[in-house]
Amino acid sequence: MNEQTIYLDNNATTPLHPEVIKELTNSFKNFGNPSSMHFFGRESTSRVEWARQQVALLINAREDEILFTGGGSESNNMVLKQFLPVSATRERNKVITSVIEHPSVLETVRELEKEGMEAVFIGVDSKGRVNIDKLEKAVDNKTALVSIMLANNEIGTIEDIKKISKIVHASGALMHTDAVQALGKIKVDVIDLGVDFLSFSGHKFYGPKGVGGLFIKHGLKISSLIHGGHQENGRRAGTINGPGIAGVGKAAEMANLELEEESLRLDKLRNKLEIGLMDSISNIYINGDIDSRLPGTLNLSFPGAEGESILLYLDIAGVAVSTGSACATGSLEPSHVLIATGVDIENAHGSIRFSFGKFNVEKDVDYVLSILPGIIEKIRMMSTFSSK
Amino acid sequence: MGGSDWVYTETVKDHFMNPRNILMDEAEFNADGSGTVGSMACGDEMLVAIKVENDIITDCKWKTYGCASAIASTSILSVFVKGMTLAEGYKITPADITDQLGGLPNHKFHCSVLGDRALRTAIDDYLEKQDRTNPFKGNTAVIICECKEVTDQDIEDQVKRGVSTYEELQEKTEIGTVCGKCKDKTLELIHEYNHLYGGSHG
Repeated sequence: MNEQTIYLDNNATTPLHPEVIKELTNSFKNFGNPSSMHFFGRESTSRVEWARQQVALLINAREDEILFTGGGSESNNMVLKQFLPVSATRERNKVITSVIEHPSVLETVRELEKEGMEAVFIGVDSKGRVNIDKLEKAVDNKTALVSIMLANNEIGTIEDIKKISKIVHASGALMHTDAVQALGKIKVDVIDLGVDFLSFSGHKFYGPKGVGGLFIKHGLKISSLIHGGHQENGRRAGTINGPGIAGVGKAAEMANLELEEESLRLDKLRNKLEIGLMDSISNIYINGDIDSRLPGTLNLSFPGAEGESILLYLDIAGVAVSTGSACATGSLEPSHVLIATGVDIENAHGSIRFSFGKFNVEKDVDYVLSILPGIIEKIRMMSTFSSK
Repeated sequence: MGGSDWVYTETVKDHFMNPRNILMDEAEFNADGSGTVGSMACGDEMLVAIKVENDIITDCKWKTYGCASAIASTSILSVFVKGMTLAEGYKITPADITDQLGGLPNHKFHCSVLGDRALRTAIDDYLEKQDRTNPFKGNTAVIICECKEVTDQDIEDQVKRGVSTYEELQEKTEIGTVCGKCKDKTLELIHEYNHLYGGSHG
């Protein structure tokens, strides 16, 4: 057992905001089905609609543009699968995405491809920035949808969605962005970004798991993935998760209040760790775009030290991080994101992601700085790397 | 953090945290034979170096780039191989190493247990340096399915007993039921053994 437990894996999921816990505790008492007309139902409905308003405020949308779903993956699936079934008479049967998207986009696009849609996967540069020239060439009057993430979960690179939206709309296609990692960390404004669809997830910004949503620009039609009742204006059947949605609403309200100050604070913590590690450990690389990166995300490669080993030594010392190494996932391939940025496969195996959140403090950074150099030295000492 | 929630056994954890017999100074150790298998690009690379007296492995040191199970498996191998004859060392299988560790998660088995192969390479190297003929090479079964540890000899045995299709072989041995990347090689061997032993699909 270790006395210290430091959570530096906030891009995987975040702890609940204390205000969210309060909100959930209260909302779970409102058991009424929001679809019911009676008092119990109305009480639940009012909290759901309040939550919708909070989320709309957070992303500068209209309330009727927010659809609640079961999370980011569902939202991404929902947008992409609007284009099924493929029809030969339809003019636009092409979907464009990037190679560094979340699996819920990549795998769904591959499904669309199997169903007969044309799929184009745009590459990224060494910093993880989508190649906009290539994207511009790929977008044409056959393109139905372009889906590019706002911020990458592994390396934190923030894409120029505003610019991409303009290119996409110039050709008459629709623009979707997966903003799951961005919400609550940076300012997200759907009007400024110019997107038609935007996915988000509650548990990435101190809300509960299993609740997310989709922004659907006013006037655009979207059909339900799940058939049944008329909940969410017929766009998602199934009893509305009242408490969960209320929790996300509270998380959005808190993000609205805290975001600006918090993102500066996370930036500082991240930078302190980055500088400290660069100073104390030889031969390390920063992955991602240091000029346009999520505050709080730091992805480093430690050549000669394998990621799972680093992760587990840190785990034993009470520090939770994640790795792009294949060994930690059970797949045989290391991070598709790092490989796409041209990182050597060895450096992908030796990558660690630190992601800060609202409960981290400066002494967490001090602690990591006090233990990680020794861990890397130990792993490198027993590595075949040391005889090269 | 809660050690009991680890995906690995306490033995793995112990050998990962306190690795035994790391090769610190190659010149000083002056190995009689050594071998490297795997590659850093694949995520696991192992170097095993041995000292030999009268065909007995008297010392074994190693270096490993890899995950916890790769490190622990080489560490424990270096402990239990000492005192073994070359013949015994040559016969060590990934399962022997895994058993010593008290088991490994399934997905770790085929990628991280390379120690037995590294040891065989070190023994081959020793015999070659001694200018001796290698009595072990070729007599050893070759693992075809790394996930389920099925060898060419296992396949041969099954075909001798009447198995003639891939599906039948899977039923008997679970070959290719995890990652499936051995399927082509397996089909080739089934074809070959069917041909040799008169299987119906020969």
